[in-house]
Amino acid sequence: MATRTICGVTVQVNDEGFMTNPAEWNKDIAVELAKEEGIAELTPNHWKVIDFCRQSAATSGAAPTIRTITSGSGISTKELFSLFPKGPAKKVAKISGLGKPEGCV
Amino acid sequence: MADDNRKIAFICSKGDLDMAYPALIMGWAALGNGIDVTIFFTFWGMDLITNKRVDHLELAPVANTSMKMSMMGVPGNLGIPNVMGILPGMTAFTTNFMNNKMKSLGVPPVREYLAMMVDAGAQLYACKMSVDMFGLKKEDFIDGVCDIVTASDFIDMVADAQVIFI
Repeated sequence: MATRTICGVTVQVNDEGFMTNPAEWNKDIAVELAKEEGIAELTPNHWKVIDFCRQSAATSGAAPTIRTITSGSGISTKELFSLFPKGPAKKVAKISGLGKPEGCV
Repeated sequence: MADDNRKIAFICSKGDLDMAYPALIMGWAALGNGIDVTIFFTFWGMDLITNKRVDHLELAPVANTSMKMSMMGVPGNLGIPNVMGILPGMTAFTTNFMNNKMKSLGVPPVREYLAMMVDAGAQLYACKMSVDMFGLKKEDFIDGVCDIVTASDFIDMVADAQVIFI
């Protein structure tokens, strides 16, 4: 398993750059990972999505699908795709320190 | 990222309930991965974007060799006999069965699914020849259908896309 250092914390990542231990994640790491994904600043609505994903994964053990996010977080599909342009499914999971979403819808 | 300029186009030519979902599921996955999605509806696929039809797509049990009764909890490899499939109400039964299966998997109905995809940026187009053949007009379509285009327009549109025919 590869590791990398983000904001002074050494975390475990898989070969696609997803963190493999959600417990190693913190908000500074999220800000840094968001920049890498082309999101310069995390707004309150970004955090609403990230917080929802963290809670959902803590319960289910896997990163939520886009539909789970839009039906549970109060953020619409349109909004989610504009908050995390060009591929919210993977981007949201990566920034939230979770694995790739499991599930197709 | 390699996905940055990737484009996928689906051609939906079937109007059966089971043939509506492949493009929706793969297209939604593509959108989620940041890939541009275009869907061209033609022939029976027009049902998917026609207001009067989209909520009434059906799945017929006749000559459907893959639909085994094991899906309904009957053990073994038994199919629904074709002679039973022709009985009144059987298509309604299998349609209802499939709709419930989809619902239990958290898959939205076709109308809602398409609306969700349009919100995510999918471009929907109706085939000009099919529009003429079925006597349809733009106002017969669900919201989100961008335009009625010719086959030639579509071919130009997808010059740099991967095309999947369903």
